[in-house]
Amino acid sequence: MTHAERAALFAAEPGRSAWHDEALWSVRQRRDEAVRALPEWGRLVELAGQLKAHTLARLPDYLEQFESEATARGAVVHWAKDAAEHNRIVLGLLEERRVERVAKSKSMLTEECGLNPYLEARGIEVIDTDLGERIVQLRNEAPSHIVLPAIHLKRTEIGALFHEHLGTPAGESEPAALVAAARQDLRRRFLSAQAGITGVNFGIAETGGIVVCTNEGNADLGTSLPPLHIASMGIEKLIPRLADLSVFLRLLARSATGQPITAYTSHFHGPRPDAELHIVLVDNGRSALRAREAVREALHCIRCGACMNTCPVFRYGGGHAYGATIPGPIGSVLEPAKHPQHHASLPFACSGCGACGGVCPVGIDLPQQLQSLRAESGPQRGAMGLRAMSFAMRGRRRYALATGVMRLAQRLLPRLVIERMARGWTRDRALPQAARESFRSWWQKQERGR
Amino acid sequence: MRVALFVPCFVDQFAPGMARATLEVLAAQGVEASYPRNQTCCGQPAWNAGLPDAARPLARHFARTFADFDYVVAPSASCVAMVRRHYAGLLGRDSGSEGFDTARVFELCEFLWEVLGVREIEGRFPHRVGLHVGCHGLRELGLGNASERIRGRRPDPIRRLLESLAGIEIVDLARPDECCGFGGTFAVGEPEMSAQMGRARLADHAAAGAEVLVSADPSCLLHLGGLIERQARAWPVLHVAEVLAGHAWPRSQEVEGA
Repeated sequence: MTHAERAALFAAEPGRSAWHDEALWSVRQRRDEAVRALPEWGRLVELAGQLKAHTLARLPDYLEQFESEATARGAVVHWAKDAAEHNRIVLGLLEERRVERVAKSKSMLTEECGLNPYLEARGIEVIDTDLGERIVQLRNEAPSHIVLPAIHLKRTEIGALFHEHLGTPAGESEPAALVAAARQDLRRRFLSAQAGITGVNFGIAETGGIVVCTNEGNADLGTSLPPLHIASMGIEKLIPRLADLSVFLRLLARSATGQPITAYTSHFHGPRPDAELHIVLVDNGRSALRAREAVREALHCIRCGACMNTCPVFRYGGGHAYGATIPGPIGSVLEPAKHPQHHASLPFACSGCGACGGVCPVGIDLPQQLQSLRAESGPQRGAMGLRAMSFAMRGRRRYALATGVMRLAQRLLPRLVIERMARGWTRDRALPQAARESFRSWWQKQERGR
Repeated sequence: MRVALFVPCFVDQFAPGMARATLEVLAAQGVEASYPRNQTCCGQPAWNAGLPDAARPLARHFARTFADFDYVVAPSASCVAMVRRHYAGLLGRDSGSEGFDTARVFELCEFLWEVLGVREIEGRFPHRVGLHVGCHGLRELGLGNASERIRGRRPDPIRRLLESLAGIEIVDLARPDECCGFGGTFAVGEPEMSAQMGRARLADHAAAGAEVLVSADPSCLLHLGGLIERQARAWPVLHVAEVLAGHAWPRSQEVEGA
């Protein structure tokens, strides 16, 4: 299925689309307020983009620095060239320590690698501890948004889900009650987990430390009790210095939810006493993206989700319509750039409004990137017609002929035939009628009259 | 000052009144624009669909057609954005279009405001207007400040010139610069999303009490007008040039009692 088909399904359910739009628009508005309260916002965005560009330019150096600093602090650094290697490394670490139960905090990278099904197929229980992630995990579906994984669900649906899985009373859909039930259940899981897996928001080359941002404190809980912490980190998450973190932390939560900072910003510099910290650095196509100038900037992304909240196509069509780990404008760049054969329709899931470029806290020119990927995606449906149009528009005579044919067709063909030919337009919109006299012929008459 | 009028292909065929109104608005400011008959299309549809090789000949044709003019004025912010923002990349160092300065291509209100220094238009328009802000004019030409940006850049000449008309009231929308969902080939590539977005815009304008929809982007108006017609609502859509030129709206008879 293409994005258009999946989005149409989402929107076909009465009220779903409008409600989803309102929910995300309110997040976008909170972001606007938070951003306006910070006079230096523009400067921070610029600085963040420069820091990311600089880091990517010298990525091999910074990765090596990060590895040696992290190692010096007692962490073990692993290198994974792709998802399969990442999963094998994680499995190996868990199996060596006979781990059967893992508490995992939110990590889009592990989604990208398909870690959960991989581990579950090998008898290891993985519990997602972020509430939204836990909800989609119980529904056996993927997150629909990178920051708000269950934003596509109404609370009544979550109530029904919790009734089925967590034994809440039937019909209970009060958020406070549902959160309490989830907390009860998760508390038990945290206590029994033998290992914690987290993502990484920022890796600091200078210190070898990693930083994880959450609002629920689940990364801390999941890693504080068990003796093993595995952190999965995309190689683009690196920043040079601890001081640079201050730039990104001011941008991240404001862009994501309008909060000045996430409730928890957890720094891990080496393992706890008597515990292990393993950091898995994952490439999985990132080096290939880095080598391509047209899309390299997409690696600057800090996964705030602001482009999703501002994108009308995302708001009205839902995140699952993208059929990709990372949805929305940034996903429509990253996913087809990595897997053109699967995600060719994504750069076209865009009305070209450009708002994504305006909200990006690291200044990625998303509209430009989407445009360049459109050209790479190969001809889409309708390309023949557009080529024909281009041919017909290359000169005055051709133009006159083409528009003449169009006018004749509109006069002679039965209305139903025309409506069918232009169904993409006419399903919801009336077809414009050619004016009795085009501007061109009006002008010619005027000139003759002069 | 040699000023050329560029009339987008679909305006020429479907909405020539918008182009005539543009001429009148310019004439009222003492500018006699001419219409080079070789002009066709700016190439945006092909470019937008990811077919730069199909758009390039049209860009070259545009550059040749308008090479001898001091200014090119068009009643479509989106087409102007195509020329100003994307021709350089599309044409590169194209031999046939050398010397064509895309910075001389202006949207009508932008031309009035920036080149002619017009701050007021004489006229009356005693109606509650829903102003639809086109995305390309807003974000690519910088006509006004996008709601997601913090720092103001330029005033929005479209809004300011409309506001100068006697009796006009521009209603406050819940989302002043949300996309209408036209999006060029997006309108037919993702028809459900496109229509959904358009209907949401219409609902916003209706809730704000707009009697008439006005925009500087004829393509958005074509889309929104098509949706309105299917909803069997009598709600006029007008190009900003038609309002500034003092044209009565085309379907004014139909709205009586609406």
